[in-house]
Amino acid sequence: MVSAVRSSDARRAAAAVLDPELRVLTIDDLGVLRDVTEDPATGRVTVTITPTYTGCPAMDVIRADIRAALTAAGHADAEVVTVYAPAWSTDWISEAGRAKLAAAGIAPPGPAGPAAGRPVPLTLTVRCPHCGAADTEQVSRFGSTACKSLWRCRACREPFDHLRAF
Amino acid sequence: MEYLLGLGDDALVAAQRLGEWVTVAPELEEDVALANIALDQLGAARLLLGYAGELEGAGRDEDALAYLRSDREYRNCLLVELPNGDFATTMAKLLLLSAYQLPLYAALSVGADERLAAIAGKARKEVAYHLDHASLWTVRLGDGTEESHRRMQAAVDELWPYTVELFAADPAAPVDPAGLRSAFLANVEPVLETATLDRPADGWGPDGGRAGLHTEHLSYLLAEMQVLHRAHPGARW
Ligand SMILES: [Zn+2]
Repeated sequence: MVSAVRSSDARRAAAAVLDPELRVLTIDDLGVLRDVTEDPATGRVTVTITPTYTGCPAMDVIRADIRAALTAAGHADAEVVTVYAPAWSTDWISEAGRAKLAAAGIAPPGPAGPAAGRPVPLTLTVRCPHCGAADTEQVSRFGSTACKSLWRCRACREPFDHLRAF
Repeated sequence: MEYLLGLGDDALVAAQRLGEWVTVAPELEEDVALANIALDQLGAARLLLGYAGELEGAGRDEDALAYLRSDREYRNCLLVELPNGDFATTMAKLLLLSAYQLPLYAALSVGADERLAAIAGKARKEVAYHLDHASLWTVRLGDGTEESHRRMQAAVDELWPYTVELFAADPAAPVDPAGLRSAFLANVEPVLETATLDRPADGWGPDGGRAGLHTEHLSYLLAEMQVLHRAHPGARW
């Protein structure tokens, strides 16, 4: 058996797939895309991804979008493999991804640090992505998706999403 | 396999109960929060039941295990199948469940079974947030008004006996539940104290869930959860 090799054009195609819930980020920006390999003998492409959250409903869409992107790039024989370890962390979001989030009005996450589990959590300050003020308050610990919380800026009064450190 | 069913059924039944709050939670933000927590639990349940089905090797997938087992074949603890009650009861349940799941998943995440370790490592991060959420509400209600304090204390008192079952010794399990109790207490006791709530005394607790002996509440929950799949096998939309 010939071992699989990294495939740059297949990787480019998979890396351009957008996250269905954070449409400004690609799955590569997000750190969901882990690996893309190609079997030189058969041409079969294997894409490895990891979910942000175990119950993330976007994963089925992501898998379908990857297959469609690869087919369009000439790799019709593609398999998408999902792995769970190491567990995804917001620390894997690229610098480019953080800049795109901020530009879209979503406050990027701070460092995830060690796994939580403190009995009484402390809340860190989140800067307003609209005006940059630090005078903000959390409105809801959960936002429109599992990975976001909802905040409000006391300076400019605008509400905004914050991708919480995870 | 039985052990995995216990883990997966805890998560699945908890998800189903939490989902009952959607559209009727005290505020919109909490509606979203409980739905997201339910989704996390459901995600873990799917992975755990999928793995259990593969280990069994009889061709049952996650759907077959979720939708086509009877109540007597479910291995969840009694705590998760109890009715939601008022919001304080739901938060007390979530506090006790997540305070138990957190050290459990942490121990499993460094266990010998790599597949289970990966699932547990993922679920652990999510459950830590559930524990934070339940802790905040427990403090807010416990150290709130006279009425909210009374209800929160009543909820903790009512549910405390059901935690006995969680820590019944099982030396053959990948992680012996008996060894998790001190970590559980370390998660719960400071929260109760901050919430000005009394920690109930330990005593007898009802059990049987892990052996398939459930309260009638589970039967009604499963009837609702399974009716569509049983009436229309393989239905999709
Ligand atoms: Zn602002």
